[in-house]
Amino acid sequence: MKTFAELNFPGRLIAVEGLDGSGKSTQIYLLKRWLEAEGIKVYFSEWNSSELVKSATSKGKKRELLTPTTFSLIHATDFADRYERHLVPLLRAGYIVLCDRYIFTAFARDVTRGCPPEWVRGLYSFAALPDLTLFFKADLEVSLNRILEGRPKLKFFEAGMDLRLSTDPYESFRIFQGRILEQYMAMSQEFKFVVMDANQQVGKQQVLVRKLVAEKIDLKKFRRRSPLPLPPPASRPEDKSKDPEEDMAATV
Amino acid sequence: MSAESAKSETAKKARKFYGHGIPGVKLEDLTGKLIVVEGADGSGRSTQIARLVEWLETTGHATTVVGLKRSHLVSKELEQAQEGNILSRTTLGLFYATDFADQLENIILPALKAGFIVLADRYIYTLMARDMVRGMDEKWLKNLYGIALEPDAVFYLSVEPQELVQRNLAKNATLDYWESGMDLGLSRDMFDSFLKYQTAMQGAFKKLQKTYGFQIVDASRPVGSITKELRKKIRALLSESKT
Repeated sequence: MKTFAELNFPGRLIAVEGLDGSGKSTQIYLLKRWLEAEGIKVYFSEWNSSELVKSATSKGKKRELLTPTTFSLIHATDFADRYERHLVPLLRAGYIVLCDRYIFTAFARDVTRGCPPEWVRGLYSFAALPDLTLFFKADLEVSLNRILEGRPKLKFFEAGMDLRLSTDPYESFRIFQGRILEQYMAMSQEFKFVVMDANQQVGKQQVLVRKLVAEKIDLKKFRRRSPLPLPPPASRPEDKSKDPEEDMAATV
Repeated sequence: MSAESAKSETAKKARKFYGHGIPGVKLEDLTGKLIVVEGADGSGRSTQIARLVEWLETTGHATTVVGLKRSHLVSKELEQAQEGNILSRTTLGLFYATDFADQLENIILPALKAGFIVLADRYIYTLMARDMVRGMDEKWLKNLYGIALEPDAVFYLSVEPQELVQRNLAKNATLDYWESGMDLGLSRDMFDSFLKYQTAMQGAFKKLQKTYGFQIVDASRPVGSITKELRKKIRALLSESKT
């Protein structure tokens, strides 16, 4: 398996992986805001978000129709749709593509659900590897507490209830997440994960994320020819700011 | 390999999945028979299956028919996606595989466990052939469909494309977009495209036949003689399993 850079794609793909509650989505969001502000061609894609496949997935999940095999296949379908219709054309066009979860999520989850590892890897063998994979590793308890704070209603598959690990969804969720973390760690070296300390403060992590990205990718090559008209953040007075996130991203 | 030797080989084989299969399935529990009928639209597949069901049921065999794009999980979504023709080949391939897996786990395996005869109106071979014609990697397909159970018998109803086109036009006065492979851009002329596509499909089936050893049935003959041949082969299969 090769990375997009090794395959001579003009674009680059950055993926974040980690358990639910590891803070990876916040980090990739802040990264996106920074790249946008820098005038870089950037696209963000989320796991399990293809419009086409969504209705089947949500029906399957709601009615608990999914088995480990169909769960795996429907997510592969979703990924293939995004990969072929969005990621590849954008990478061909020289975009920086940010993925909140990539094939490693399937490798970790589907195998935890009992699918043979070789089969799952084979399914995704059409996909190239990210040019940079950031793995957000928080203590299991920290991730669990972030998700379980306020005891939200856990969804059936999210809690791994299909695995019959425990009749208590919270207990099931804990065991399930623990096993997924083990799977992630087992493939960390093979796929050159850059392991981030996700117990650290959000801003500190983001400084490091941006540093890593800038080191790995020559960002000026990915600028739009005509940059989007964004005023430089430093000189922007408060009254003009409509989007508080932008300020936050810029001042980290 | 002659059709006869292929058949007796299939009959003697122990139950197995092509690859890793479905986790947690006990193969020895699957006491029914899985019989697959493959062939293009216009090969007489549906007619033969209807006749076989009639015959099997009247002779006292509980029978279930499965086909492609009939799962609860994704059949509706698959239909919608096909209408718009917006799915790329890998996605469409995986969508069909999801539909197949859903039916395998929820219909085929439980029916076989209950001792039924499952007649499959097409199986993974059509799906693989379609994907092969669209340039998908064969190794990838083989891994993907490693979930499938090896049938007790597979009959491929073979009809020359020239004859298929006549049958389809006589029946519907038009050709189906997908059965003509119009998404491949082989020709803007539907008639041309149909012939080219069906020829390519036949080639893919021949390739698969070498690996999967199914029995080729000459389906250009009258309906009755095809039924007779199928019955004879299925009868042999059913009596072998009793001894």
